[in-house]
Amino acid sequence: MTRQDLSEQQKSERSSELRSYVIGYVLALILTLTPFAIVAWSDLTPVTQWSVIGACALIQVVVHFRFFLHVSLARQKREDLHLILFTTLILVIMVGGTLWIILNLYTRMMPSMLPW
Amino acid sequence: MTARINRHPGLNLGDMHEEANNASESLVFGFWVFMMSDLITFALLFATYVVMLGGMAGGPGPHELFEIKSAFLETMLLLASSFTFGMASLSLKYGRTKGRLLGWLVLTLALGLTFVGLELHDFHLMAAKDGVPSRSGFLSAFYALVSLHGLHVTGACLWLLTLLGQIAVHGLDTGVKTGLLRLGILWHFLDIVWIGIFSVVYLGGLV
Repeated sequence: MTRQDLSEQQKSERSSELRSYVIGYVLALILTLTPFAIVAWSDLTPVTQWSVIGACALIQVVVHFRFFLHVSLARQKREDLHLILFTTLILVIMVGGTLWIILNLYTRMMPSMLPW
Repeated sequence: MTARINRHPGLNLGDMHEEANNASESLVFGFWVFMMSDLITFALLFATYVVMLGGMAGGPGPHELFEIKSAFLETMLLLASSFTFGMASLSLKYGRTKGRLLGWLVLTLALGLTFVGLELHDFHLMAAKDGVPSRSGFLSAFYALVSLHGLHVTGACLWLLTLLGQIAVHGLDTGVKTGLLRLGILWHFLDIVWIGIFSVVYLGGLV
């Protein structure tokens, strides 16, 4: 590696990228500790607990994409954004469709297999 | 200050590494396509797991098998390793010497291997309680999902070892730099999949 010093611009870029990882790590920690604490110590109803776990997980996925993978809506190259959105579409159709069809089938044919 | 343009997901190396930065655009895009196809595999295993939740066949369920403490430890390990890999990427981009980069990479590797070890220990304890893949549909789906993630982490650790070897032999050339960029994406991606696993499988099951 060359021995040159970082320019002012590179220094500010470095500190903003470092800040991005630290903010991401702190947010991820909060969003991890909250659901674990709720499951370990609280006596909220299961539905409330599941809602908190689901909400924290969704937010944390966004935090990881934004602060660790540097994927944001604004500065992306078009292809990356299209790829992610298309994958999400496929995912929603396949996962949502699977759950809809099979759980509906359980309700009608074998209620003992329902997870609730 | 000119606006930074991200050429690809993950940390961009920028003008200081011009050759690697130019090479990385198509390489990382290709890797990102693979990552998204992997995401679909995992998502379908999640769907399978939820569908099989009721299929205990009289065998042990989440409350008998899962331990919130070890799930929490594994989560912390993986999250910390994601952060240390981010620090390694920054050292690669701005560092003047290799020392700091190697330190962060070795720390990441240690965290990753500890995670895999802890997960194997978990599986061992589960097997002692009759929680083996062939016991019920629920357990088959559990092992398909969680051990596929574990295999991915193991693969990522092997890849990291290979890259450490390449750094030792070739130094930080363009191939090693673009390799580290892609491994970084895999590493952060595996942490994202783990969010789904600890939320849906462990916490969802222990509620």
